[in-house]
Amino acid sequence: MEQTAIKAIGINKWFRDQTDFRVLTNVTFSVNKGEFVSVTGKSGCGKSTLLYILSTMDTDYEGDLYLDGASMRDKKEQELAVVRNEKIGFVFQFHYLLNEFTVLKNVMLPGLKLARYTAHEVEHKAYEHLKMLGIKDEALKYPNQLSGGQKQRVAIARALINDPLIIMADEPTGNLDKKNSEVVFDIFSELAHKYHQTLLIVTHDNDFASRTGRIIEMVDGQIVGS
Amino acid sequence: MKVRLIYDIALSLLLARWRQTLVAAIGVTFSITMFIALLSFMGGLNKLLDSLITNRTPHIRLYHQLQPAKVQPAQLYPGFKNAYNFIASIKPKNRQLDIHNSGAVIAALHRDAHVAGVAPRLQAQVFYNVGVTDITGLLNGIDAAAESRLFSFGDYIIAGNAADLSAVTDGIILGKGVADKMLAHIGDVIQVTAGNGTHLQLKVVGFYQSGLQQVDDVESFVAVGTAQKLLGEPGSYITDIEIKLNDIKEAPALAKVYGRLFNVDAIDIQTANSEFETGGNIRTTISYAVGVTLLIVAGFGIYNILNMMIYEKMDSIAILKATGFSGRDVRNIFILIALSIGVIGGGVGLITGFGLSAIIHHVPFNTNALPTVHVYPVDFNPRFYIIASVFSVLTTYMAGYFPSRKASKIDPVVIIRGK
Ligand SMILES: Nc1ncnc2c1ncn2[C@@H]1O[C@H](COP(=O)(O)OP(=O)(O)OP(=O)(O)O)[C@@H](O)[C@H]1O
Ligand SMILES: [Mg+2]
Repeated sequence: MEQTAIKAIGINKWFRDQTDFRVLTNVTFSVNKGEFVSVTGKSGCGKSTLLYILSTMDTDYEGDLYLDGASMRDKKEQELAVVRNEKIGFVFQFHYLLNEFTVLKNVMLPGLKLARYTAHEVEHKAYEHLKMLGIKDEALKYPNQLSGGQKQRVAIARALINDPLIIMADEPTGNLDKKNSEVVFDIFSELAHKYHQTLLIVTHDNDFASRTGRIIEMVDGQIVGS
Repeated sequence: MKVRLIYDIALSLLLARWRQTLVAAIGVTFSITMFIALLSFMGGLNKLLDSLITNRTPHIRLYHQLQPAKVQPAQLYPGFKNAYNFIASIKPKNRQLDIHNSGAVIAALHRDAHVAGVAPRLQAQVFYNVGVTDITGLLNGIDAAAESRLFSFGDYIIAGNAADLSAVTDGIILGKGVADKMLAHIGDVIQVTAGNGTHLQLKVVGFYQSGLQQVDDVESFVAVGTAQKLLGEPGSYITDIEIKLNDIKEAPALAKVYGRLFNVDAIDIQTANSEFETGGNIRTTISYAVGVTLLIVAGFGIYNILNMMIYEKMDSIAILKATGFSGRDVRNIFILIALSIGVIGGGVGLITGFGLSAIIHHVPFNTNALPTVHVYPVDFNPRFYIIASVFSVLTTYMAGYFPSRKASKIDPVVIIRGK
């Protein structure tokens, strides 16, 4: 059984617009299964850029990336989509829910796409997650009828639906007030400690970071401490 | 399962923008409706005009034509072999216009399996005597029963009865124009003079109107025997043999065969009316062009709505991709949206197109040229419906293809970073 969830080896990334601009320099690190890791660093140091690469959405980089032991290097767009669907749960700063669908349906969609379980079972699981996150009553509402904190909890429920290898979040509390940030943090710690969910959270919030299992610190596109 | 999910998402996106979708679908409905109505109407019109010609005109006509001698004597002399000849000393000979041995020819044709029917005809130049003036005219000696049966002669008799030609001795059916000039009524006795000076008193038994003024102003009809009597010719004298075939398409080939076999001139309907077919083809082409243009315009409507939808739904597309939907899934979603607009809009269009055609088919349409037609002709040809369906699906697919491809190429990183 593979123990590392993520293994990044020598990742470099350039933005080549008018001038070549190196955003990531030789990023090498790994995250073991069950770890609760935060990534911190100054604004503009390349945290989001790294996360997009780790999440397989950005394929324009040098270096090697292994998810659950499998190399992502030569995978096609469609295969990467399957990896994202199956192994990665996402939470963004802005909640990115589909306003055309109910909260429940939003949570269910990645599960329906994976089709590991029947629609009925997926629905049941979605309800379980919503219940755990305390928003079961909002299941049949539409996202634009929810508060910011509630929306972020829906996004977390959606990230959980396929029992992912890892949940990645990019400043999940960046858009929330203190109280809601606290709620979201508590959810993450519960996931980490109670369910041994692997988590990789990008954050500015040093207080938040200090309460995670491990902090990866970045400066100017390089990892300086871990 | 997967198809259902794609369908589900497509439907939700569609319903979220149902007003625009409806407008796009109505565009398709409208164009399919017009496409069907237009082609059905044109098809009906073409069929009507074609049938006018094919019902009324012999498929093959056998006759004798005055012709110049094909070979002039000067050409026979070997010394002039390489010379240009301009001496034409032999003029067209005064050949009899009648068909030799017509009885045997008709009998032979009757036995021919290709032939549906044969009608003899005798055409003669005459004068209609009105008071002191004479009107030039063309007298047709016909077998009224055969003409009615084969060439719908009876349909063009607007007063009287075609059968009276054979029932009444020396009866005549006058062209409407001739009758008007002569102030003739049914039952009147008129006089005609043949080219050889013979006069004959004829009793008006009916009026004929083909709708073509140059015909109605000169032609009239009598029994074959009456015409022979006027011309002082024997009972075998006829100038034309009109043939109706079982299969009109064989006319050109058979015309050649009969011409050689009976040593007569033979002309087939296709050659005699080539301009007609061309006209029909042009009408059909124009209606198809207009119909397809309508569909393409509707296609642009779909293209627009999809582009707009994709622009609005960038975030949704990004999130679908981030959560594991591939570019292909996204493309299928939008193509499905386009196709459902096309299929639903087109399906309704087929029904309303049928409805509109049916309405057109009830609009009164009376014209002298077409005495048997009382409403606008419509061709309810299933082929138009098939073409319309295929085209509506095809154009909507095309209209959906490019926006969908664009959607499938959306880079979620760009969208997510852009927030
Ligand atoms: N598309 C792009 N083209 C050029 N440069 C870019 C592009 N996207 C990001 N950058 C640059 O790359 C650097 C890293 O950006 P990134 O978004 O990863 O920073 P970050 O650490 O997430 O910052 P923040 O904490 O503010 O979110 C920044 O200097 C940014 O200006
Ligand atoms: Mg960032």
